[in-house]
Amino acid sequence: MKKNTRKNIMTLIALLLFIGFLTIADRIFDSYQMRIINLAGIYVTLGLGLNLINGFTGLFSLGHAGFMAVGAYTSAILTMSPELKQMNFFLKPIMPFFANVEWPFFPALIMAGLMAAIVGALIGAPVLRLNDDYLAIATLGFGEIIRIIFTNTQTLTNGALGLKGLPNFTNVYWSWGTAVVMVIVMVLLIKSSYGRAFKAIRENEIAAEAMGIGLFKHKMMAFVIGSFMAGVGGALLGHLMGTIDPLMFRFLMTFNIVLIVVLGGIGSITGTVISAVVVTVMLEVLRVLDGSMDFGFIQIEGIPGMRMVVFSALLMIVILFYQRGLMGTNEFRWEWVTNPKATITKAWKNRKA
Amino acid sequence: MSINTFMQHMVNGISLGSLYALLAIGYTMVYGILRLINFAHGDIFMIGTYIAFYGMTAFFLPWWAAFLLALILTAVFGILVERLAYRPLRNSPRISIMISAIGASFLIENLAIVLFGGRPKAFPIAGIGNIDVKRGGVSIVSIQIIIPIVTLIFLAMLLYIVNRTKTGMAMRAVSKDYEAARLMGIDVDIIITITFGIGSLLAALGGVLWGLKYPQLIPLMGMMPGLKCFIAAVVGGIGNIKGAVIGGFILGLGEILIVALLPSLTGFRDAFAFVLLIVILLIKPSGLMGKTTTEKV
Repeated sequence: MKKNTRKNIMTLIALLLFIGFLTIADRIFDSYQMRIINLAGIYVTLGLGLNLINGFTGLFSLGHAGFMAVGAYTSAILTMSPELKQMNFFLKPIMPFFANVEWPFFPALIMAGLMAAIVGALIGAPVLRLNDDYLAIATLGFGEIIRIIFTNTQTLTNGALGLKGLPNFTNVYWSWGTAVVMVIVMVLLIKSSYGRAFKAIRENEIAAEAMGIGLFKHKMMAFVIGSFMAGVGGALLGHLMGTIDPLMFRFLMTFNIVLIVVLGGIGSITGTVISAVVVTVMLEVLRVLDGSMDFGFIQIEGIPGMRMVVFSALLMIVILFYQRGLMGTNEFRWEWVTNPKATITKAWKNRKA
Repeated sequence: MSINTFMQHMVNGISLGSLYALLAIGYTMVYGILRLINFAHGDIFMIGTYIAFYGMTAFFLPWWAAFLLALILTAVFGILVERLAYRPLRNSPRISIMISAIGASFLIENLAIVLFGGRPKAFPIAGIGNIDVKRGGVSIVSIQIIIPIVTLIFLAMLLYIVNRTKTGMAMRAVSKDYEAARLMGIDVDIIITITFGIGSLLAALGGVLWGLKYPQLIPLMGMMPGLKCFIAAVVGGIGNIKGAVIGGFILGLGEILIVALLPSLTGFRDAFAFVLLIVILLIKPSGLMGKTTTEKV
């Protein structure tokens, strides 16, 4: 008990330090650097949502971008001012029902999550009966269908033109605030009996069912919560970028998030958080490769697109040679800090297993 | 709709369906043997088209030589992809191999953008593909007849290989039971290599014909056809070659006819494949020609 209080205090201190860091960062970093920090926070939320579905429950879903699109569009339509809507919908006017709504950000964000969760439930009901590859390809299909529907509903989403000039609500407190809340929710969820049921389904579906775990109920729960997180993340992303269009939510977007989950370790919250930050920063750092480089004696002409080649090559190396990802299924523990020696010896002993 | 217009749409649908069938065969063969969705298959198709393009424009080869070169090099490329991206993970959980497949597809696309440039390129249309044939009121460009004929010829060859030769027998054995086939002295690695070679060769053939029909090349051109052809393979019953061909035709005809009969749904053309997939998965998950299997504990 006493030990737990100490750990809780340490967690609290770490959280306060982190808030302090964000406040200072907000003052001293320029807008480009802040954008990267914001993006990292949003990717944490998105990654956790997918990790809950893919990592903890073992349902290989590839439809994340679709749920993000639902969230992003919901919150965009709810928060944009009537004048802004009129400017955007110049080809065909928006549905009269939505023309005059203007919600504050927080309820719109919750609504974005809820809409994504509802869509997730509607899709999950038929699809979650499938397994493995079929589930993957069916969710991918639904993600694409959502995108195609959004491209064609001119009066609701402005079609392929997308929405421009979204209010820039997302700041570092929103993005990382959501991320921290999601981490706490995930930790509590995974430690609860539901979390253990999710893991049991991941390890062996048939055995889990034999132990009396309701497969469909738990799969559905993970899927809907994951979709909610995707919706919220999508909304935050929309309000960070200021522009959304259906092409943003292609399969490539899902792939970015799958990548974060895989690199961090499928089934590790800590891993997802670390890899979301690392991947976001890496993608920006590698931008150097696209420009021309000057080494003084030799000058290399920049090749546009080189960044993505190097990035995907690095990714393949990790997938091929380091399948467990950064953390495997391990989580961060305070013992790592308070008693590093014991942690290392333990890890050394378990290295074969 | 007059009978002439209908026939016109049928011709379009059949030639598109043949292209889908050629790609779907590659998916179905690989899935049948490795239980792997080869996400990179669409990109292998794209590579095939680009090789033919560069063969004709940069090396001034006659069209038949460029096409032959494209088929051979793409087969080699497909085998390389298997060696580098899938073989090291063969004994890992299936989720890792699937991620590796997605990663390989991502890498090939990005490499293609750097090597070939992101701007669209115009595929030179070889002479025989561009002759107008008129029968009654139906006007057809010769490529639309060539596509189904070439498809049928290659399909017959493939069915001969799979059903009548020793290699084909080994392929069927491996797809039935991987472990038992290995115990029977079949060199599983060679069989998988051959499978990838044949699949990629057919993808390249599809790519070349695709280029003749829709002469615009971009590095991401394989993405959508790739996904759709996997769906065609699932619809037909994955692991079944005839099923893949039937699925390809259903998809091609369906897409063309939906746009022809219900013009208001034109924007949803790409959604047709996905809706079809979901309907099939819910009604008959094993596909039209597939066998139902139950999981044993």
